[in-house]
Amino acid sequence: MPSLGADMESGKLAQWLVKPGSKVRKGDVIAVVETHKGAFEIDVFIEGVVSELCAKEGEELPVGALLARIAAAGEELAAPARTAEPPQAPPQAPPPALPPAAPPSPPAATPPAERAAKAPAGPIPAPAKAPPALAGGRKKVSPAARRRAEELGIDPETLEGTGIDGSVTLANVELAGAGGGRHRTPAAEPAELKRRTGFDPDQMRQAIAAAMSRSKREIPHYYLGSTIDMARALGFLESYNKERPPEARLLPAVMLLKATALALRDMPQFNGFWEDGRFRKADGIHIGWAIALRGGGLIAPAIRHVDDRSLADLMEALRDLVGRARGGGIRGSEMMEPTFTVTSMGDRGAESVYGVIYPPQVAILGFGRAVERPWVVDGQIVARPLVTASLAADHRASDGHGGSLFLAAVDRYLQEPETL
Amino acid sequence: MNDAEIRQLACTLLADIAPDTDPASLAGDIDIREGLDIDSIDFLNFVIALSKSSGRSIPEADYAKLFTLDGIVAYFR
Repeated sequence: MPSLGADMESGKLAQWLVKPGSKVRKGDVIAVVETHKGAFEIDVFIEGVVSELCAKEGEELPVGALLARIAAAGEELAAPARTAEPPQAPPQAPPPALPPAAPPSPPAATPPAERAAKAPAGPIPAPAKAPPALAGGRKKVSPAARRRAEELGIDPETLEGTGIDGSVTLANVELAGAGGGRHRTPAAEPAELKRRTGFDPDQMRQAIAAAMSRSKREIPHYYLGSTIDMARALGFLESYNKERPPEARLLPAVMLLKATALALRDMPQFNGFWEDGRFRKADGIHIGWAIALRGGGLIAPAIRHVDDRSLADLMEALRDLVGRARGGGIRGSEMMEPTFTVTSMGDRGAESVYGVIYPPQVAILGFGRAVERPWVVDGQIVARPLVTASLAADHRASDGHGGSLFLAAVDRYLQEPETL
Repeated sequence: MNDAEIRQLACTLLADIAPDTDPASLAGDIDIREGLDIDSIDFLNFVIALSKSSGRSIPEADYAKLFTLDGIVAYFR
């Protein structure tokens, strides 16, 4: 049972996606584990054959417990299944910094009966069960899906939901209406292909509360801010995007992400963990990108090796990550890997953000919304798009001087967008 | 596509991006980014889906015309 968060003591093996005899390769998802943060896909990082499933579906297990044995390729004896947790990885997890940029929208039109049908309170609820309603309960159905289902004369509660919390979405209804039918016919697809993913907002809130309380209790934060002129970076994007179809276009977010990674490469004292009273530098630059979830809460799964990847590659990774974070389907390894966190307010958020460090990381960088403001260039006042970058860092691991150099490096990279 | 079909297509695509909302209940002149609480990545995904299902390329300079359902209907009319 991998640790999916600093505050995780146990998890429930919700579902096996492999059987004894299944061949697995690095990165394959073999199981779904539910924690109080929600459901996560567990991937492996060895190649071999599953020889034994030790944990039963529904079983609650402490962190470190044996889930399965995998005979590594070319190995006779079965080795305990190692999930993708790096050997010395600090227990880490998602909710990074701040209240989400986007305030949670209330689950509109949720009748009381549906609320009552929620999983009973407990340490590890089952947040995302797609299967038929619990006894006496009703399935979650999105308002748009319910309306469309009515038009089509379909009972939405008979459909398999693939939305957040396993709710039935408009897409599920349209599919069923088109005759493609994702009606729950148990024999239709093998059990190992079904996925249960998603996040329970109440449990997410508890997880954020635990991690952020620990951060503010243990980490002596210091804060620095700088205003960055984004004219060059945005000008570069405009001409880059002009020639390209929508799916190949970049957003300013990837430039902020890449510039941060390059600055971390220059200043590695911000990329790592505070453990056992000292700083440990991380091996790669894996940036946790804070994503506000619809319905409340946020997670910050990792984008790996950001410093080595192209802007186009990072944009695809970011779009994929945001899509999966909102719909469920974030892998356990992605939750454990971040070595640093970035929280960006996007184009509708606040002008600046002062982050709360996600322990055991030692810093978080926040970017406010780009705003057009008067700015002095060569002695002249001109209108420029400006972004406020704010660093919150652990004073045990670094000092304000280093922090200032780090922010200056981020600025410098953003002034040379063609090198990103 | 007639106006009603364009509107329905937009609402279907938006409901995939913001599954907890009902885009069809949104007034035509409301900014969908505010009304449905979607951010720039969501909006880009919406434009990609809109472009693919309509077969029409949408230059970035036209994004502002797509911020409301009325605007989207007028754009594809």
